[in-house]
Amino acid sequence: MHPEHDSVRQPSGPAVVVDADRLPALFDALRGRGYTVVGPTVRDGAIVVAELASAAELPFGWGVETEAGRYRLRERSDTAAFGHSAGPQSWKSVLHPPRARLWSADRATGTAEAGEPGERPRYALLGVRPCDVRAVGILDQVLTGGRHADPVYRGRRDGAFIIAVECTEPGATCFCTSMGCGPGAESGFDLAMTELVDSGGHRFVVRAGTPAGADVLADVPSRAADDATIRHASTAVNEAAERMGRSMPAQGLPQLLADSRESPHWDDVASRCLTCGNCTMVCPTCFCTTTEDVTDLTGDHAERWRVWDSCFALDFSYLHGGSVRTSGQSRYRQWISHKLGTWHDQFGSSGCVGCGRCIVWCPTGIDITQEVSTLASLLDATQDEDGR
Amino acid sequence: MMDAVAARISAHPFFAALTDTQRAALAEDGTTATFTAGERLFGEGGIADRFWLIEDGSIALDMRVPGRGDQIVETLGPGTVLGWSWLHPPYRWHFGAVARLATTAIAFDAASVRRRCDADPAFGYAALRLFTSVITERLQATRLRLLDLYAAPSQVRQAETQPADA
Amino acid sequence: MTGQGTAGTAPAEPAVTAPAVPCFYQVTSRRDDTSDTVTLELTEPAQPSHPVPAFAPGQFAMLTAFGVGEVPISVSGLGDNSGGQARRLQHTLRAVGAVTRALHAAQPGSLIGVRGPFGTSWDVPSAAGRDVVIVAGGIGLAPLRPVVLTALADRSRYGRVVLLVGARTPGDLLYADELERWRRGGVEVAVTVDRADSSWSGVVGLVTALIEPAGLAPGNSVAFVCGPDIMMRFTADALASRGIPVSQIRVSLERNMRCGVGWCGHCQLGPLLLCRDGPVVGYDRAAALMRTREL
Repeated sequence: MHPEHDSVRQPSGPAVVVDADRLPALFDALRGRGYTVVGPTVRDGAIVVAELASAAELPFGWGVETEAGRYRLRERSDTAAFGHSAGPQSWKSVLHPPRARLWSADRATGTAEAGEPGERPRYALLGVRPCDVRAVGILDQVLTGGRHADPVYRGRRDGAFIIAVECTEPGATCFCTSMGCGPGAESGFDLAMTELVDSGGHRFVVRAGTPAGADVLADVPSRAADDATIRHASTAVNEAAERMGRSMPAQGLPQLLADSRESPHWDDVASRCLTCGNCTMVCPTCFCTTTEDVTDLTGDHAERWRVWDSCFALDFSYLHGGSVRTSGQSRYRQWISHKLGTWHDQFGSSGCVGCGRCIVWCPTGIDITQEVSTLASLLDATQDEDGR
Repeated sequence: MMDAVAARISAHPFFAALTDTQRAALAEDGTTATFTAGERLFGEGGIADRFWLIEDGSIALDMRVPGRGDQIVETLGPGTVLGWSWLHPPYRWHFGAVARLATTAIAFDAASVRRRCDADPAFGYAALRLFTSVITERLQATRLRLLDLYAAPSQVRQAETQPADA
Repeated sequence: MTGQGTAGTAPAEPAVTAPAVPCFYQVTSRRDDTSDTVTLELTEPAQPSHPVPAFAPGQFAMLTAFGVGEVPISVSGLGDNSGGQARRLQHTLRAVGAVTRALHAAQPGSLIGVRGPFGTSWDVPSAAGRDVVIVAGGIGLAPLRPVVLTALADRSRYGRVVLLVGARTPGDLLYADELERWRRGGVEVAVTVDRADSSWSGVVGLVTALIEPAGLAPGNSVAFVCGPDIMMRFTADALASRGIPVSQIRVSLERNMRCGVGWCGHCQLGPLLLCRDGPVVGYDRAAALMRTREL
């Protein structure tokens, strides 16, 4: 569903304008409240998600060139800090960490104690794109919406402060509008910002989405946003919706994928897919994990650690001496059918938010939107032949 | 005795696909047969001049394997058909058969049935259809047993090594 | 602890409080069933750190071999569920990998971690007034044993109780010493082996060969089938071809499991998360999924 905005988007709190040089005050307000700020920063040739000591670590003036199988940093002609997309990491690195200890136990006591070592910080996530806001909502459903809530995720999610940043510059592989979750932020945030860099200066139109957000915002020097500025921001976001690099059909994906289980197309994908699992690592909603039991040298102390896993791993489906899904065909089919199809059966929504990361970070440039399009044409052709 | 056999053939679901006339013809070649527990019906290599519809009891198909003795391949119970080596030359049994329990059956004269098939192609086709369904079902079951599905993974030869962490 | 409603739904017992953390039970007895299969009795500690609610037939526990790892194993007995808690559990398991080898070697006094109960139950009481048809292949008899025991415990509630068992060889037959007791309790038991030895005087052949002679009433039967995937498929198909509605045939499906609570993604079979929507699933839902290659 496409957001229909032919009028100015209504803010969920009174909108204010914060100049870019006032971002340090935002950091102070957050750190003063005990948050560890996590946000984008340039590292190792990419824009990654990391703990930020100060606003200066934001990637001012850095953008990206992205396409299927391609990601390069580029210097922008302006100083925008959030003019980039499809980085190799997502906020699941913070909320659903790659490694977490589930319990530790000693033979002497015969009991296991839950939890992770050490104090856990409360995180303020700065720069969450609307697609990623939806992704967090999806992880909320998967990890806390069932019969049992995951304590590792819950522990990080409950205290988290989310600062969404709307998109005005979609990447070449973005398709959030197709998935109904961008480029504007509707809900799920404490603060939402829209970055403007032009003759009017480098500034952010900011609105609060929660009382906690309003509380933080009150400590950041700002001025009231005039109608023209609000409209300017709104228009920039609306126009971004029209410039998405890719698109995905809005309806019928679960049925399409269920009907395509025996499609000849999987052979075609398998000839290109390395089953490297990059897509699952960068995807903001891929949540699969496995566990490792470890002991000390005496064998008297044991711990269970939970680590990220991928359905592309050969032993992911290991059962009785062998894996169920050994072929590349079956593993790619599993990933895409789950993400776009059976996720609905299991969790009540799509698993895809249209962030485009999987397209960018696939070494062979496999494009999920293209694969869906091909599957749909093949199915149409088959059904025409069968006279259906 | 003929009438009794005819009645049992008519009642038995195995022959349901035949016409009344075909069933009556078959009944002419059928006689009652009984076996005591342990009695051998035929040995491997013997002349396949009969086939049986088992009505009650149990028959074991076996083969003498050097070093292993008589190895039982399968047992056949009520409602199953025993013997199809009579269908094709050299009309010799490939396996042996011995009664496990006291068994009653209808025995059919194979040579006579073959002559009927030759003389009446419609009868022949119907009879063959009956038997091929038995053979395919038996073959399918045998193939499934060959897969050794109940075996533990270590007992099954794998094409490639797999990670074993369960 | 009994299930409610249709098969394939989880019993409405209280949620496990710390589902990722095992409670370490002690092995109080072990019985070597066959050369590679053992039945362990596990007893909860005097003061359980993370109390484990009662198990229903068909449900499974995640069992931890200290420092080695964890595997899903169905309960194979009714245990002691007094007070709604799993005070004593029975699990039958076969040594096939590192974890199961460690569990298989466990002697009385060893600590084994228990998490659970997880998954859907066989929901035996839903078959009240009808014939209970149980078909077990190989180690599949283990998760079905609680179905037999449940029916025996309340025999008059059910019609015929028919147990058809297929084993690899006579030496691999599980619970052989209990079969006679079950017959005396009113269960019709028929056994076949894939391969006989000279000591075997019973049926030799595929387990489906036992169906016809059982003379089932398809309109009045509920079937419980467990064993290797392919065995469940051809057995369920054979039962269906005799007229038992596919919605009345229940199978117990298996996939790799790591968390048991729907967080790790491993146990997916198409739209199903087997730790939550299974392992007991109606064949009406399972058939197409079981037939899809490498699903």
